[in-house]
Amino acid sequence: MEPKEKMLAHSAPESEFVTKGVNGINRRRFFKLLGSGLAVILVLDDTLSLATPNKKGVAIGKVPEDQIGAWLHIGENNIITVFTGKVEVGQNIRTSLAQIVAEELMVPVTAIKMIMGDTDLVPFDAGTFGSRSTPAMGSKLRKTALTAREALLDLAAQAFKKEKNSLKIADGKITDPLTRKSFSYGQLTKGEQLIQTIKDEGLGHPVEQWKIAGTSVPKVNGRDFLTGKHKYVSDHTLPGMLYGKILRPPAFGATLTAVDLSGARAINGVVAVHEENFVGVAAPDLPTAIKAIAAIKAQWQTTDQPSRADIFSYLKKNASEGNNSRNSGTIKGDIKVGLASANKTLQQTYQIDYIAHAPMEPRAALAKWEKGKLTVWTGTQRPFGVQSDLAREFNLKEEQVRVIMPDTGSAYGGKHSGEAALEAARLAKVAQKTVKLTWTREEEFTWAYFRPAGVIEVSSGVKNDGTITAWEFHNYNAGPSGIQTPYAVANQHIQYHPVNSPLKQGSYRGLASTANIFVQESQINDLAQLLDQDPLAFRLKNLKEPRLRNVFEAAAASFGWGKSKPAKDHGFGIGGGTEKGGFTATCAEVAIDRSTGVVKVIRVATAFECGAIINPRHLDNQILGAVVQGLGGALFEAIHFENGKIINPKFAQYRVPRFKDMPAIQIIQLNRQDLPSAGAGEAPIVGIAPAIRNAIADATGLRLTTLPLAPQGLLAYLK
Amino acid sequence: MELVINEIKRTSSATPEASLLSVLRDEFDLTGTKYGCGEGQCGACTVLIDGKAVRSCRTTIGSLQGKVVTTIEGLEKNGRLHPVQEAYLQADVFQCGYCASGMVMSTVALLKNNASPTEEQIKSFMNGNMCRCGTYPFILKAIQEAATKV
Ligand code: FES
Ligand code: FES
Repeated sequence: MEPKEKMLAHSAPESEFVTKGVNGINRRRFFKLLGSGLAVILVLDDTLSLATPNKKGVAIGKVPEDQIGAWLHIGENNIITVFTGKVEVGQNIRTSLAQIVAEELMVPVTAIKMIMGDTDLVPFDAGTFGSRSTPAMGSKLRKTALTAREALLDLAAQAFKKEKNSLKIADGKITDPLTRKSFSYGQLTKGEQLIQTIKDEGLGHPVEQWKIAGTSVPKVNGRDFLTGKHKYVSDHTLPGMLYGKILRPPAFGATLTAVDLSGARAINGVVAVHEENFVGVAAPDLPTAIKAIAAIKAQWQTTDQPSRADIFSYLKKNASEGNNSRNSGTIKGDIKVGLASANKTLQQTYQIDYIAHAPMEPRAALAKWEKGKLTVWTGTQRPFGVQSDLAREFNLKEEQVRVIMPDTGSAYGGKHSGEAALEAARLAKVAQKTVKLTWTREEEFTWAYFRPAGVIEVSSGVKNDGTITAWEFHNYNAGPSGIQTPYAVANQHIQYHPVNSPLKQGSYRGLASTANIFVQESQINDLAQLLDQDPLAFRLKNLKEPRLRNVFEAAAASFGWGKSKPAKDHGFGIGGGTEKGGFTATCAEVAIDRSTGVVKVIRVATAFECGAIINPRHLDNQILGAVVQGLGGALFEAIHFENGKIINPKFAQYRVPRFKDMPAIQIIQLNRQDLPSAGAGEAPIVGIAPAIRNAIADATGLRLTTLPLAPQGLLAYLK
Repeated sequence: MELVINEIKRTSSATPEASLLSVLRDEFDLTGTKYGCGEGQCGACTVLIDGKAVRSCRTTIGSLQGKVVTTIEGLEKNGRLHPVQEAYLQADVFQCGYCASGMVMSTVALLKNNASPTEEQIKSFMNGNMCRCGTYPFILKAIQEAATKV
């Protein structure tokens, strides 16, 4: 018998059938995929939301793309499936988002199945970046779960013929306390196809009463990563699949002037593709693909490009005056007056290198064409972005492209794009076979994108009483994020000057705030030193934001700021700031070996506050990860390049933090249950670099003005 | 070439110069062993050869005559995790998990030779295994925990 179809009471009236924006999911497919049950769809404007069922079986109506946030389904098997466009790159949101739903539906986390980042199955999402998953998707899912809970209570009330509020709900069951009879969620939804839109009804559990959210639920699919069972993109295979390989130009911006593919085509089973500047092969196995690429003869025309040696003067020379983009310019008071009224002034210029994200899993994609539809598995923070890139490239409708994102070997802001997806799809189209393409480490270092390099000039003034009177801050190319100063300064001029970067640059963990806050906190430190004031006290005198003050004080207290140093040539430093709704401060202790110039970071204390904490254990992990990554950027990471070539595209040449580089790291979480949860993947990175830099200044008097600080050690400076 | 992998004899049709990593992954579909660099720097590809931790990306299959290879897939026995896997699971160490197999295999090798390593010994043995997500301090704890169980 066909299951009954019915709409719950508050569904919207019939509306036009448009699948665009819900990516082809319609009622029939939805329930076919999941079995009958209760589907709850988050639609921000629910007047347009749903169509009543009709003969075509079409239910989900005209909904603008950005209006659907998420949906969930409760099946008769009691499995709760949550659909979201967010993706898992190691920040453990598969777990924390499931916790939020489990909390409101009052079921164990194991009852929740998360479907993430599959453009055919999940609602549109702009991408997983900017620390938005927890604050935005978290609260959407909370609402979705709450609506489901209310709908289940309605169903139970009908079934028991009782008042809704007389019923008890726990452990995935609704019970009538008088008769002690109960129904599981699955029993309540059995045989039905119910669709419900979100209403703002029902109260979420108060944070203080959280039982699942707010606790250290272990990574939900953690076991699969320890047994090798989890399949990253490059682990997937499909029958008849070929291996792809791309012929890379000798330098950025090179143009192909001649190519001879005959050598590659002579090899058995090889398909060679040449389209404008794109040359690649697909072969039955990887060694053959490598051989085929080597057999191609190509001529390239290259053009002269800036090198690492002259990058900072290049950025300065080619900068624009500033633009109107966000954070681009702030003028308060009058800088001249501020400098004139200062007792001490300090001008310093800082230089920030390009750095690489270097995720452990290099870019990879598996592309399959079938009956005009393209399916690509790839690790990207923007599955829908890659879907539209692919649609544009191959002149397809978006519905003809499916992008699937399995949990991926990290990103750190470095996988917003879909280069490998495009390349694999091109090869697969010509080869008419499925193609897998995995970038090498060298390709990942060269053909991905970088955190911007930059020059930052600061001119500042202070009064003897510790009042900052002037703050002029010009940022050339490093990016605008975190450029505003949290310190109270009457006279400010803050300007970001974009530059057409010679290297491809893009997002990063904490974006430009890794540069801007480094500079700000270094300069603040030096102002305090000029006045012979304690850098922490100096900060607190000029800081109003209580959340920032709190993390500075918490880090300092745990660290033992102000206590005496254990030995000569040890130094203490502090730095912090705010980014993406998170507040952080780090204290660091360094030891300098004057004979070798080696800087050793002995210990670090980082305090972090991002509102109500959802998973303390995984928050620890995020803070720790940010601190460790920040340590690399502080001490040794830098991309070297010469005339359009990356000259250190290997882990042997591009140093990242290892076990032996680890200081003792202390993490202090401030749980503000009274505040909404913010993301945590980015902000805690900003304090470590200035803390180390200021600790070096404390130990040696050296005011380093570069990032990385001293990749060759301090010997050259100490002499 | 005949190879013994996870106690099973297998025949590879690759040339003796082929890397063990590519044979494991592409020929035998043992994809738990990961590619991270191919230059012996990251440890994602670590397997055991006769019980020692080896970078499979820098090992040719031709060198494996008469030797026994264990990969991450070979640790679990009858549905029971190896104590090292169990310790990592309990400690809930990983973020993206891409480094996990290499970390586990290196740890198994470490504890085989040194049942109670000091913190310094752990750091030094594990220094060739990179975790870009920065989970090192948790890994350290998991290893210390595993040492009490192995
Ligand atoms: S892949 Fe073998 S050490 Fe990196
Ligand atoms: S957990 Fe991501 S590399 Fe280790």
